Amino acid sequence: MFTEFCEQLSIWAIPAVLLIVPVVGYFRHVNVYEAFVDGATEGFYTAIRIMPFLVAMMVAVNIFRVSGALDVCVESAKPMLTLLGVPPDVVPLAMMRPLSGTGSLGLATELLNTHGPDSMIGRIASTILGSTDTTFYILTVYFGAVGISKPRYSVCVGLLGDMIGFLGSIYICQQLFK
Amino acid sequence: MINLIWLLLLVAGIVYAGVQGRIDVVTQSAISGAEGAVALSLKLIGVMCLWLGIMKIAELAGILRFFARLISPLICFLFPSVPKNHPAMGAIIMTLSANMLGMGNAVTPLGIKAMQALQQLNAKKDTASDAMCTLLALCTAGFTLIPATIIAIRSAAGSVNPAEIVGATLTVSFMATVTVIVADRICRIIYHVRIRR
Repeated sequence: MFTEFCEQLSIWAIPAVLLIVPVVGYFRHVNVYEAFVDGATEGFYTAIRIMPFLVAMMVAVNIFRVSGALDVCVESAKPMLTLLGVPPDVVPLAMMRPLSGTGSLGLATELLNTHGPDSMIGRIASTILGSTDTTFYILTVYFGAVGISKPRYSVCVGLLGDMIGFLGSIYICQQLFK
Repeated sequence: MINLIWLLLLVAGIVYAGVQGRIDVVTQSAISGAEGAVALSLKLIGVMCLWLGIMKIAELAGILRFFARLISPLICFLFPSVPKNHPAMGAIIMTLSANMLGMGNAVTPLGIKAMQALQQLNAKKDTASDAMCTLLALCTAGFTLIPATIIAIRSAAGSVNPAEIVGATLTVSFMATVTVIVADRICRIIYHVRIRR
């Protein structure tokens, strides 16, 4: 029931916006077609403007990941995290999450398939994925689009949010699903 | 900070690959990373045009202003440096709502739009303003009411109840959101004290 409601809501959200905004606009005397084209023109330049920022970030992340340096970080963090009660299987996901959206989605899918979606690991992986976001991607794209090169403290704040999301997911899942 | 992280990722990756005798993967992964980034930005052009077009209509129709007025007390508390009737308010609200509804690809263009509006208010164009940091913190904490993607992959993996984690994700992302808001405020105060000295 609840599953169905969520699925329906997520299916309807975008079509609803696409319907409501132009209709309301028309009745409020906006030249909807011209306004759309006007706004869309910016889209092209914005996408081009973020390209160098994305290249810089994705090259560094890719080298870090493919070279195996990420795995070393995961391995060295495991003993300490196991002491804290963190299941070792979800550590790679936690490290990948802020760096790469597709990478972490792949890792989570793998965890769900090997451990089963209704296992503790599966639930923790799902919760981590659902309650955090790809911090470095957001940082790169949002600040890149307006030419911000000094993000000040926001990197630390974003990573702190990821850490809370990660540890919180493990704690809440262990409390909720016993 | 970001310079250091970027350098660290790069150096750690290259040195480790060299030590392992697999230096050839560095070239490959650098090139595939660069190509992937360009492919991603090209893919973003379509979505970007679509949502910025819709946003323009919403802006001209006064829908953004309507939403801004609706929940302005909360947003004013979070973004004290943004004037009440500034278009940035509406853009911020659209970004956060799209985030909450789990609208995936639609969030990025809206977030960029909000950042552009905030950039107009920014005195130092290469440095993130207070409001930008707050918006970024909220977006990275990713408060989502319906994590549609996760529900989909759980159901694809054969879960008995794919949406059962919604309670957990809500609790955790609420916790993370509160933490980043508090951390953002604390960092802001420290930063301003340091600047004044």
